[in-house]
Amino acid sequence: MSTTRRSMSGNYAIAYAVKMADVDVIAAYPITPQTTIVEKLSEYVANGELDADYINVESEHSAMSACVGASLTGARVFTATSSQGLAFMHEVLFMASALRTPMVMANVNRALSAPLNIWNDHSDAMAERDSGWIQLWASSAQDALDLTIMAFKIGESERLPVMVNLDGFILSHTYEPIDLPNAEEVRKYIPSRPLTNRLSPKTAFSIGVVGPPEYYYEMKYQAVDAIEKSRSKIKDVYAEYEKIFGRGYRDVESYGIEDAEIALVTMGAMTGSARIVSEEMRAAGVKAGVISIRTFRPFPSEELLDLASGLKGIGIMDRATTPGGPSNPLFTDIASCLYGSSRVPLQGFVAGLGGRDITLDDFRMMFRETDRASKEGRGRSPIYVGLRE
Amino acid sequence: MSATFRTIKDVPKEEHLAPGHRLCAGCTVGTAMRQILKASGKDVAVITATGCLEVSTSYFPQSAWRVPWAHIAFENAAAVASGVEHAMRALNRKGKSDEKISVMAVGGDGGTFDIGLQALSGALERGDDLVYICYDNEAYMNTGIQRSSATPYGAATTTSPPGKLSIGQSTQKKDLIGIAIAHGVPYAATATPAYPFDLMNKVRKGLDVNGPALIHVLTPCPTGWRFDVSAGIELSKMAVLTGLWPLYEVVNGEVRLTVQVPRREPVTKYLQIQGRFRHLDEKTAGLIQKRADQIAAKFNLGPLRSQ
Repeated sequence: MSTTRRSMSGNYAIAYAVKMADVDVIAAYPITPQTTIVEKLSEYVANGELDADYINVESEHSAMSACVGASLTGARVFTATSSQGLAFMHEVLFMASALRTPMVMANVNRALSAPLNIWNDHSDAMAERDSGWIQLWASSAQDALDLTIMAFKIGESERLPVMVNLDGFILSHTYEPIDLPNAEEVRKYIPSRPLTNRLSPKTAFSIGVVGPPEYYYEMKYQAVDAIEKSRSKIKDVYAEYEKIFGRGYRDVESYGIEDAEIALVTMGAMTGSARIVSEEMRAAGVKAGVISIRTFRPFPSEELLDLASGLKGIGIMDRATTPGGPSNPLFTDIASCLYGSSRVPLQGFVAGLGGRDITLDDFRMMFRETDRASKEGRGRSPIYVGLRE
Repeated sequence: MSATFRTIKDVPKEEHLAPGHRLCAGCTVGTAMRQILKASGKDVAVITATGCLEVSTSYFPQSAWRVPWAHIAFENAAAVASGVEHAMRALNRKGKSDEKISVMAVGGDGGTFDIGLQALSGALERGDDLVYICYDNEAYMNTGIQRSSATPYGAATTTSPPGKLSIGQSTQKKDLIGIAIAHGVPYAATATPAYPFDLMNKVRKGLDVNGPALIHVLTPCPTGWRFDVSAGIELSKMAVLTGLWPLYEVVNGEVRLTVQVPRREPVTKYLQIQGRFRHLDEKTAGLIQKRADQIAAKFNLGPLRSQ
């Protein structure tokens, strides 16, 4: 397996992966911090390095709409967005999954307005967690590249759209050394062959019909079933990718968990800092580990249940909020998956909203609070880390 | 550009819109769509915006469409059609498909003039090779006759009701063709199903040009305009004969009248058979006549028939 090591930002890594995937159609609209992905792709198309139709749409709503249309023909399709752009796509996201139009979208996570904020948090993706899309989460630029390649494999096999999430600026604009897989091998792994053209005059299908109450339920269930069934394919693709390209991925990535008593659950770029501080905690005598969610949809319930069984306390970091809700999005998901099977105390945290740094001290506090919850046998209401009162 | 359809013998027998759809009795949208598909033939992917035509032709498990058809949402037919068009172009160019498919987007006046205008503008501005058909029944008929920006002055709808302080719709119809040609599109035209050859030739031309074409089709609605279900085609014709609906095309910016009206009928003949104008007084009807006169002057239509 030949690789080249290159310094690249997360966004350029994704653009490079999309080029290797030899996509047929890109429809996108600029939004910070996603923009450098589609700028780079425009450049590839303009230079003839990528043979694709690049549609300069007038909004994200039209970007997603054009992607659904393109996907219906069987073409390989890509788009990218962030924050307000993803929110503007909201309506069409549900159609993309229910109409089973595979495509890959990079979502460079950014806070939702108001107030206007271009910096990172996870509120954009969390607001779309019920849209029927597979959601994969990167913790590094290398992840972003690998997950984008795998997303084509998964999405086209399961006929589902796949969102690859990476933290705005922290991953999207930071340069990292990246191992680029050999382009030929990537093409062999995800050959760009059109799927069935569902708009062919030969079949004359009607797509997106009216689903009256006697049918809507079963039709909707098919979308539910599709993402449920994608679980095993995602696992297979992670395993296969490791075999071919040497880098392994799991639905849930655990760190120092084997003998851990407490763990912090993270998503995205914050995973790195959490791991560093977990080592420090261990040196100080607290057996701490880190669990990070790679595959957020479909939610890795079984894996989490397995991990929870050996733990005495779990801290859950949300980089988004659910105002007025029972708790915040990731906490709610985890609590719901553990309910009835595990009594491990959970402590919720909210951190890093709108680009606020999550410092190592913040992580130390979160580990300590998780440890406290494990000793007290219960967590307290969510702690808003670093919030000035 | 020569006319393909001159007599009934030029019109293909194949029906691509199957009978048995759920459009209202007397609805002219079905008539128009039937003519449009006869002009396009079967090798066309039709992307329809949410609206009367869509809900009435695709009620699962039935579909009236014998051509490939998709509906995604209300405001995005043009954008979806752009995606289909570019994808087919890319697949053809890359040797991944040799299927040749024309792309047609179809929206009502709400889906075109109002909520879908942005997506339409995008498709027209980019020069995407598709035909956009607006079937204009002059209000949101599917949701129960609410006014749109295509509703004509004076018309009663459920959200522009006449009353002590209201004459009904208080604004003039938006100039959709004007908006289209401001994008520099190679082809734009008006049509109405009472003139089927005119309509079909325009669809053919729209498909034949390289780039976007917009065809604005007036489709009288018995339910919303409140007229007898047998009068749809008569109204479609009367709209033209009064000068309120001039039939013309704009080819690369050049305007050409396609159906001359040697003797114009007074607008009252058009207004009085519609319940939506029943409340109008003479003064308002006079204003509508004045508008018809202005249109007639612009397009060199014939003089008003003496009464």
